[in-house]
Amino acid sequence: MFNALTISQIFVLDQDQALDFYVGKLGLEVHTDADLGFMRWLTVNVPGQPDREILLERPGAPRMDEATAAQVRELLTKGAMAGTLFFTTDDCQKTYETLLAKGVEFTDEPTKRDYGIDCGLRDPFGNAIRFSQPLS
Amino acid sequence: MWCDLDVGRAVEDTNRRMLRARDTMDRHYAEPLDVAALARVAHVSEAHFIRTFRATFGETPHRYLQRRRVERAMFLLRSCDRSVTDICLEVGFTSLGTFSRTFRDIVGESPSAYRSRGPLAAVPTCFAMSWMRPSSFG
Repeated sequence: MFNALTISQIFVLDQDQALDFYVGKLGLEVHTDADLGFMRWLTVNVPGQPDREILLERPGAPRMDEATAAQVRELLTKGAMAGTLFFTTDDCQKTYETLLAKGVEFTDEPTKRDYGIDCGLRDPFGNAIRFSQPLS
Repeated sequence: MWCDLDVGRAVEDTNRRMLRARDTMDRHYAEPLDVAALARVAHVSEAHFIRTFRATFGETPHRYLQRRRVERAMFLLRSCDRSVTDICLEVGFTSLGTFSRTFRDIVGESPSAYRSRGPLAAVPTCFAMSWMRPSSFG
């Protein structure tokens, strides 16, 4: 059966802005940025983990008609169809402070849970992102 | 066509600002939150904020906040053994009477009856916050 999960997809409204955020602020690295002609194939990954890519896809024609794409953008911006990405970190508090200083919008401050210290943020488009410092 | 696109962009911008205000409620639910402060987060007037928030998310900011606080109370009641009064204060209510009444209105039973259902399965808190939020009043 399956061997690995390799690529996950989320929608973004603007791929350049997504790069500023995911690479410039969150510190991910570009895995592939290719103009396929019909689309810009843009994936990022956690540094040192190139086998797990996140595809940052723009909703739009010709994959979707304009009206559908507009619905997707609407749902995305109200947080209703936003994907959720889960990352791990060695130091949740420090990562939180670093990202806060960069102007990242948080939905949850670092909080101790049964499974570790965990907090949540939003990307500029409405996607939810969480990162946890697992219990050691 | 350009006109439709402009309308779409305006909706997206409004949605994002309303979501920012809703995220503020999710983050600071335990603090006294007033509409004026939330409207400032969304960069709109108070009346416009209430109307637009409701159009975007289907309920008023006040009701959203009440449901968030009750959801957190539901979570705490079933995941720790602190007193109902402690939990009431911790989630942002200032009076036990208001808390109990609001809880019963929303959940359909008292906080202690709800607690007696026993501990919750361990799930990531962000999903508990999204899915355990009671869906309606009464």
